[in-house]
Amino acid sequence: MSTDNIVLRVESLVVETVDKSPKPILKGVSFEIQAGETLCLVGESGSGKSVSSLTTVGLLPSGSLRAVSGRVELDGENLLQATPKRLNELRGSRMAMIFQEPMTALNPVLSVGKQLDEVLACHTKTSTAQRRTQVLDALEQVHLPDIQRMYSSFPHQLSGGQRQRIMIAMALLLKPRLLIADEPTTALDVTTQHQILKLIRELQQKHGTAVLFITHDMGVVVDIADRVCVMKTGKIVEQGPVRQVLSTPKEAYTQCLLTAVPSLTPRPPRPARGPRQVLDVTGLEKEFVPSQGLLSWFRRAQAGTKAVNSVSFQLQEGRTLGIVGESGSGKSTLARCVMRLISPTGGIVRINGQDISVLNSRSLKPHRGCIQMVFQDPYRSLNPRLTIGQSLIEGPMNYGKPRNTAMLKAKELLELVGLPPDAIDRFPHQFSGGQRQRIAIARALAMEPDVIVADEAVSALDVSVQAQVLALFDDIQQRFGVAVLFITHDLRVAAQICDDVLVMQRGQVVEYGPAQQVLGNPQAAYTRQLIDVAPGRSWDFAAFAPAS
Amino acid sequence: MHTHSQMHGLPARYSIHGWTTKLLRLRPRTTTIIATTTLAAIVLMAIFAPLIATHDPTELSPASRLQAMSAEHWLGTDAYGRDLFSRVVYGARISLTVGLGVAFLTLLIGLPLGLIAGYFRAIDAVLMRFMDGLMAIPGILAAIAIVSLTSANLWMLMIAITVPEIPQIVRLVRSQVLATREEAFVEAAVLMSTPTRTILWRHLMPNTFAPLIVQCTYVCAAAILTEATLSFLGVGLSSEIPTWGNIMSDGRIYFQLKPSLIFWAGVLLSLCILSINLLGDAARDALDPIMKRKEG
Amino acid sequence: MLGYFIRRLLAAIPVMLVLALSVFLLLRLSPGDPAVIIAGDMASPEQVASIRTALGLDQPIYTQFFIWMGNMLQGDFGTSLISQTSVMTMITQRLEPTVSLALAAIVFTVLISVPLGVIAAWRQGSWVDNLVMSVSVVGFSVPVFVIGYIVIQVFAIKLGWLPVQGYRSLDNGFGEFASRLVLPALTLSSVYIALIARMTRASMLEVLKEDYIRTARAKGLGERLVLFRHALRNAGVPILTVIGTGFALMVSGVVVTESVFNIPGLGRLIIDAVLARDYPVIQAIILLTAGLYVFINLLIDLSYAITDPRIRY
Repeated sequence: MSTDNIVLRVESLVVETVDKSPKPILKGVSFEIQAGETLCLVGESGSGKSVSSLTTVGLLPSGSLRAVSGRVELDGENLLQATPKRLNELRGSRMAMIFQEPMTALNPVLSVGKQLDEVLACHTKTSTAQRRTQVLDALEQVHLPDIQRMYSSFPHQLSGGQRQRIMIAMALLLKPRLLIADEPTTALDVTTQHQILKLIRELQQKHGTAVLFITHDMGVVVDIADRVCVMKTGKIVEQGPVRQVLSTPKEAYTQCLLTAVPSLTPRPPRPARGPRQVLDVTGLEKEFVPSQGLLSWFRRAQAGTKAVNSVSFQLQEGRTLGIVGESGSGKSTLARCVMRLISPTGGIVRINGQDISVLNSRSLKPHRGCIQMVFQDPYRSLNPRLTIGQSLIEGPMNYGKPRNTAMLKAKELLELVGLPPDAIDRFPHQFSGGQRQRIAIARALAMEPDVIVADEAVSALDVSVQAQVLALFDDIQQRFGVAVLFITHDLRVAAQICDDVLVMQRGQVVEYGPAQQVLGNPQAAYTRQLIDVAPGRSWDFAAFAPAS
Repeated sequence: MHTHSQMHGLPARYSIHGWTTKLLRLRPRTTTIIATTTLAAIVLMAIFAPLIATHDPTELSPASRLQAMSAEHWLGTDAYGRDLFSRVVYGARISLTVGLGVAFLTLLIGLPLGLIAGYFRAIDAVLMRFMDGLMAIPGILAAIAIVSLTSANLWMLMIAITVPEIPQIVRLVRSQVLATREEAFVEAAVLMSTPTRTILWRHLMPNTFAPLIVQCTYVCAAAILTEATLSFLGVGLSSEIPTWGNIMSDGRIYFQLKPSLIFWAGVLLSLCILSINLLGDAARDALDPIMKRKEG
Repeated sequence: MLGYFIRRLLAAIPVMLVLALSVFLLLRLSPGDPAVIIAGDMASPEQVASIRTALGLDQPIYTQFFIWMGNMLQGDFGTSLISQTSVMTMITQRLEPTVSLALAAIVFTVLISVPLGVIAAWRQGSWVDNLVMSVSVVGFSVPVFVIGYIVIQVFAIKLGWLPVQGYRSLDNGFGEFASRLVLPALTLSSVYIALIARMTRASMLEVLKEDYIRTARAKGLGERLVLFRHALRNAGVPILTVIGTGFALMVSGVVVTESVFNIPGLGRLIIDAVLARDYPVIQAIILLTAGLYVFINLLIDLSYAITDPRIRY
């Protein structure tokens, strides 16, 4: 390794909170990146990977975090000692950054062109016309269509993928030596993610940029990294070339992270549990008609959009059906229709043979208990002002169970989902995300349902926690024979938990069948494409070897 | 908030937040103590007014008009020879009664209306148009109209001040309910067949409390201010009743001659409103984490 | 954009109707028969009855409302019960002092409070921030008339820099006009400055936490650009909203300030009208102020569309 080509060198960096009793966030982190190389910082939440990147660009929130020792050198210049003015000069010109949330990273009130132009205006002395040419050229380079229109459009008119392309164009406008990408694809759909990763690769090769890439997703690491640093609670536990770390991880923690990644290969089929059909959906439709307000008198009624368009499926007791699709595919709307949180505009939803699609809220009551839901965000699914016990007994008591019996049952359920018995008197904020999701599952089970609908129930969780919650789903299915309708965007998760898979695109069913068949031997082009772009497809994490 | 931001791998943002809330909670601590003490003193003064006052606050004594400070009249006398000290002491009673009364009435009417508007969409449209209309009439004009066109007794006065304050509370509660009803835990309650009134009572209403407490302190302060303004303009309670606004109104003509006629009432009035506002700020800052936690 | 404008305009109509109805009812249903007031204490019941017929007060209440509304829409606000002159004339005569006062106060407010709020948010927790926040709490708490008397006592009586009270119209020369307007405008703007400085600070603090501010800093932009180009424009909508809803405070302030400084404006007119129970004048002023409120908020809604392209669609 030649040393003269090192773009970024971070040496025993220590970052602490600004406090009377400072807590260390980074405990001596060291790494370096060469020109043209991609280094991935990978780790779970709270590992300090974002703090490392923010320290590098000097954007640590002043007043709450500060770097106390160590060096951060960009081409040999120590950034920790640089004046704010010098840092401003370097940011945007020599080092650039792209962030996780493309939806919020661009200023909503300024046009895209103006926001790109600003970078040039503040770092160079070129004329307005020249700057315009340069900006248009940058938009061209990130493969955006219709760049003249792009130039004058506002962020809200663009999709997430387009916005992230604009962020990349902005970052690479002045051909920086270093590009820092902080979870740049986490908020995007897999297809878009795939394209953005490809774009970063392509531009990096073209300009010889050094890339510091931060991610929690091992799949992304496989696709983009040259070298990897695995981080855990403010320390780098392992680093090395990507192949080496993936195939012969030295640290237990790295191994643990790797084995927790669900495999894309569907699990072996489970024997059918019973013939009872608990959920039967036929020709379900949900059309959203835009609200017209006062203008409806003057305007012709607009055609609504069909978020769910003639979807049919069946679910037997003890089985898991995965509804898979990208954002906007209508999978969540489908779940809400099945739950009757919203009313479908057409079709039939039968629970244990009873059609509930047109029942009013009173006649729904006897059937509500049969179908329960686990929501995506564990931080919003429990009332912060009620104790866990109060949340758990609410449902059973609505159905006339006496308080004591319900409380006893709640305790049993908490034990079952792996929480200590004293959890019953505590409040939600005392629990972690994974624990809260367990509580949410216990709450659903308290109603003794036949079907549990899990809407992205594990996507907000770290990969190791995710594996535990998936195991819990498996366990309760074994015990109670409850059927699960599992809604997810993650093919890996679907492959590991589902017996059957239904792939949705723009409200319609693309493919529906046993998981083995749909994911193992997809027939529809869209399913094949989804599987092709799944990050880290070329690696078999469980086997520590390339996928066959 | 904590774990939520960690979830997205952004402990940095959590720290900004944690730090600022700590700061906000620390900063007003001394001011909060001063505000509490001041307000407590004024409350005690109102309760024990008959013991503290040296004269009957309404007793006219044309012989001793506009006297300077003396052992007999601690703050001197006004244009009718009434003892200024005693009047100022009694003035606290009206102000505090109006402040608390209006805050309570506003809450009593605004909270249920806000809950209904937030939860039942059909009623919402009509009710909120009505509230928009009510909001468009500047509070002071509405209060002036109501008070002066009816009889100016204490009840009418409180109602007159309450009416213009209601739309604010209704809007606040409504927006809070609208935000909370989207939360998954409310949907979970619906799925468990929890009756609507229980959902309102148990899941939605408690989440409006934190901002509501804060808003009510501000309403209390604003009500005291409005009452004083009405009295000052001569359209409030009858001018014999010792209120701070009336005292200042009476003193206006002789202001250049004898500033103390309006000075003491003005100081006490300002201190009273200031303390309540400061307590409102302190409550807001202390409750801030709760409000934030709800968001994340 | 046009669709947005039309929607806002249409939404204002029911609000104005509700307003008109409540103002009408409030004054009609309140005790105190206007016919009795006009006729005087000595009048016989026949005299009162004839006045009532003349005023249309004997008609059913809804007929009265429609007649009244019809007149209003034609710009006819009736005649004063006391001075027997047209209400419209009375109002236009008093308009100039009030408008000058309000405009001067708004100029003071915007010039002082917005920069203060921005700086306070930018240096959150610093002495500037503490100072701005303290001043704003005080400004919010001390009644306008108390501030008025303090200002008179200090600047007019003790220092003798400016006249104590009164109003001179612009026809008497700018110096006369301005010297008598400074103190009232300062007094009137005190609450407003407190309110808007506070709102600017809060709204800027929110915006400064946003991702795009981090993006702007990551681009290497200077702090001034970050604050004024990126943050303030986004913080603008809530600030504008408060300027709109703060209009009620402004009205209250005008009434009190005119009273303290002896300015013959609309504020004084309504107090006089209320004390004399001059219904048409009260109705007209309340309705006009409310109409102005709705209009100002309509303008503000439109300015959202200019600051925020997301509304513009």
